[in-house]
Order: sequence, then C-alpha cells, then structure tokens
Amino acid sequence: MKPLKLVAVSAGLSQPSSTRLLADRLLEATRRRLAPEREVEVRVVELRDLAGDIANNLVTGFPGAALREALQTVTAADGLIAVTPIFTASYSGLFKSFIDVIDDSALTGKPVLIAATGGTARHSLALEHAMRPLFAYLRAVVVPTAVYAASEDWGSGGDANTGGLADRIARASGELADLMPRRPPAAEPVETVIPFERQLAALRP
Amino acid sequence: MQFGIFSVGDVTTDPTTGRTPSEHERIKAMVAIALKAEEVGLDVFATGEHHNPPFVPSSPTTMLGYIAARTERLILSTATTLITTNDPVKIAEDFAMLQHLADGRVDLMLGRGNTGPVYPWFGQDIRQGIPLAIENYALLHRLWREDVVDWQGRFRTPLQGFTSTPRPLDGVPPFVWHGSIRSPEIAEQAAYYGDGFFANNIFWPKEHFIRLISLYRERFAHYGHGTPDQAIVGLGGQVFMRKNSQDAVREFRPYFDNAPVYGHGPSLEEFTEETPLTVGSPQEVIDKTLTFRESFGDYQRQLFLMDHAGLPLKTVLEQLDILGEEVVPVLRKEFASGRPSQVPDGPAHAALVARRDAEASQEPSVAGSPS
Repeated sequence: MKPLKLVAVSAGLSQPSSTRLLADRLLEATRRRLAPEREVEVRVVELRDLAGDIANNLVTGFPGAALREALQTVTAADGLIAVTPIFTASYSGLFKSFIDVIDDSALTGKPVLIAATGGTARHSLALEHAMRPLFAYLRAVVVPTAVYAASEDWGSGGDANTGGLADRIARASGELADLMPRRPPAAEPVETVIPFERQLAALRP
Repeated sequence: MQFGIFSVGDVTTDPTTGRTPSEHERIKAMVAIALKAEEVGLDVFATGEHHNPPFVPSSPTTMLGYIAARTERLILSTATTLITTNDPVKIAEDFAMLQHLADGRVDLMLGRGNTGPVYPWFGQDIRQGIPLAIENYALLHRLWREDVVDWQGRFRTPLQGFTSTPRPLDGVPPFVWHGSIRSPEIAEQAAYYGDGFFANNIFWPKEHFIRLISLYRERFAHYGHGTPDQAIVGLGGQVFMRKNSQDAVREFRPYFDNAPVYGHGPSLEEFTEETPLTVGSPQEVIDKTLTFRESFGDYQRQLFLMDHAGLPLKTVLEQLDILGEEVVPVLRKEFASGRPSQVPDGPAHAALVARRDAEASQEPSVAGSPS
C-alpha cells in the first residue's frame, strides 16, 4: 500500500514559533496513531518562507515555483493539519492569503485538523467561528476536535474539568488518523473536456 | 509564421517623468505604432477592446479601418474582440466591412473579457460568460457562412430571414482565433471549428499553457481538421531590448515595477524567469522566443506586447526598429528551419480563398461538419 501523505500548514511568524511547535506535535501524534498499519509521509509547509510568493500570487494571479510546489503538496495530501496564530480575533492574514490562492476544489473531501495558537485562552473560539466555517466552505471534512494552545498551555497539565494540551492533541490526532485511510487516494487533477456538441446542446432553447 | 504586435491600449503615466498622455495622444500613438509595425516588416497589428478607463480602444474596427487605409501589407487583428458582450450580428457586419475595406487583411481574436462590470454595462451576466461565448460565436459562424439565417438562442432576439451584410470578401470569412488564458472550454471550441487558438501566455508560467495547447491540438485532430501539429496556434510575448542587456534592464525596470497587472508584485528577475517577458539584448529575445517552439510545438503567430506600462511613443518606435531589424528576421529563419512541411503557415486571406477553392474542386464536404 502506498504511504499516506500527511501535511501540516504552519502560519507561525516567529522563529522558533509555538505555531510550528503545535504543528509538529499534531503531526507526530497523528503519524504515531497510523504507524502500526500504514506508512506515513510527513511534510510541513511553512507559510513564513512563502510570504513573498503568496503576496505575488495575489498580485499576478499565478504562483511562483516554490509556492506551486507547496500548493501541490497540500492538494495531494491525504490529511491536512492547519495551524495558525490567532491575530485580531481570527486566523492570520498570511494564513488566509494562502487559503485564498488554493484552488477552491483542492480541499474537497479532505480530512483536516484545525489548530491555533495565541497568547491567552480567551481567543480559543476563533477556531470554531472562523477556522471551521472557512474549511466548511471549502468542503473539507474537519475533525470534531480543534486544538487551541495558549501560552499557558505549554506549562500546564489541565485540571479537574478540562484536559491538558496533550489530551486535546491525542484526541484530535486520533480523529484525523481515523479518517485518513478511508479517504480515496488523492487523484492527480485531470483537465476534463466537455465535448463541444454537448456545450452547444445545453444552450438550445 | 507571422510576427506582430498587440496593444492593450492603456493610458498609463510614465513613471520616469510623471507625464500621462491624453486619450487623443494615446490613440494617435497606437496608430503610429501600427504604421511602424508595417514599416519594419512585421505582419500583424492587433488591438484590444476595452470599455473602461484607463483604456482607449473601445471601437476596434474604427481604428483598424483607419490603419487599413494607411497600410498595404499589415494584417489587422484584435486581442481580443469581446464575444460575450458584443452583439454577434454587429461583429459579423463590422468585421466583414473592415475585411472589404482592407482587401482581406483582417482577422480577429475572440475573448470573453476579464472586466466584471462590462457584462452588466452591456446587459449581460458574467456568470453566463462561457455560454455567451459559445452561443454568440455559433451565430457569428453561421452569419458569415449562410446568406439567410433563421436563428433562435438564449441570449439575443431571434432572427428570421436575416442576411448579414456585406457578405465576407470572396465568400471567405475573416479567420478567427479564440483567445484564452485558462479555459479548456475555449480550447475545445477553437478545436471544434478548426479555428485558431491564441494562448495569451504573457503573464503566466508556461506549464499551464502547455496543457491548454496540447488539449487544443489533440481536439483539433479529433474533429478531423488535420493532425495535431496542423492546428493553428498563436502565442504572446513581451520584450524590451537594448544593445546591452544591463541597459535594457535599467531602462525598463521602473516601467515594470509600476506596470498595471503585475507591478508592485514579483521582481523583474522573478517575472522574467516565470513568464515570456524578456528584458535584454536582441539575442536574448531571439533565444527566449525560440524556446516557445520547444514548449508548444511549431506555431503560426507570435505577437509581442511592446507599448504598455507608460512607455513613451519614441521608445516604443525604437523598440519596433530593433524588433523588425534585428530580431524578427533571425526568428523567421530559425523557425523556418526544421519546420515540418505539413505545418501550416499563419492564416492569410489569399491562402484561405485558395484552400476553399481547392477543397471545393475536390469533393463535397460532409454535411453538418464544421468547416
């Protein structure tokens, strides 16, 4: 069986970044869940490295070579982990700009785990009111658990009422790992031609 | 193989002087550029069609008629004529009239247009872009080939007993190119009719156009118009030249950096790497243009964009001198060498008339097949 392709998109801006750290934790947890049965190829797309290319694509309408490769990687993935910092109540502008240059059918049916980082836990619902509808629009299959990591989460184990970050990572990556093998393998996009007679016939009054 | 230029007709401030030409100056400059194209031995001048500032060419056949009267060999064309928002009856009439006035030196390139509000301004719906292109051209195709047309469609008043006048010169309609940047439907349409396909590749990387042109060639053969390498392909290009490469780059960079469409985006170097744009010596332009054949196969028409982004008229005319004297003669020779004999030349009226006569004397064409 072909290895499953697991891709994380990380929109963190600092280096090192907690967004990337979260992406790596989610990748590793998902890979480990799948490992007993399936080989997994793991890739990380760092949007910071593509920031100029993404802006150029918005201006010119086409992706440069590095961005083109990143878009192909995301499109071909069997499972996607999307991680953004929360800026001004929503996903970051860089993250949204990347989503804006992805073909709007590229994520259809794709299992997606959404995750975000922020300074305080007060922004955690941005995952539910911004990230989830964004991927719903793109007809992706978003797993029920979204993972938010506030600064304090990196040094806490949860409490009696709420599990810690490690629990959320385990639950979300388990949900993603469950969906990935069931998705039919990502096909190369084919240019479909509607025969001209049929195009003409559709217009006959 | 035909070589020419195509103009968007933008009125753009010269970023090096801050001067903006008037519409009148720009229109006269376009005419001067067209006349220069003939003088330096190019084959084709094509104008865009736009219905919003900062563009001047809203009325292509008026402009081309004027140029026709002042030239003798130049083929007059468009890039593009809006098949979606123009009435196909008016296109049939206007271009047939122009064809007579220019003694056959006319063809046209159809496109859908990329300016959203033009659709509602002309009473159409942009969501119907492809169906409009298909239905309107189906009618245009008949108006030029059938003396009396009864017709009913979705987008226009029905016609009963309508004759589009004047009839095409020598009974052979102007050659039609279908221009497209991204739609396989348009490549399919061009292939179905056996018309030309112009891939306006100047702003995008070539991989995309290789797919589109391959599709067109394959479908052209599927519809029985010839082998894939006999399909009629046109390509764009964009160049700026000086004897020394560094001088060309230095002089063109401010125009590039501030250009409509791609300015304030990628660097000149990145854009040159990804698209057909060449800024450098005439030899570099020759080398880059010759790679088009490797990517897309032997083709019929090469149009260069030479006069946009606020370049002053004087500079554009100098560029055309270099193009006509140092670049195109070499390209003609190079493209001719190794060109398989079955690959057709660029379309011209006399040859189309001769082909029609030859086909008529051989055998009657199959009823219902597109000609």
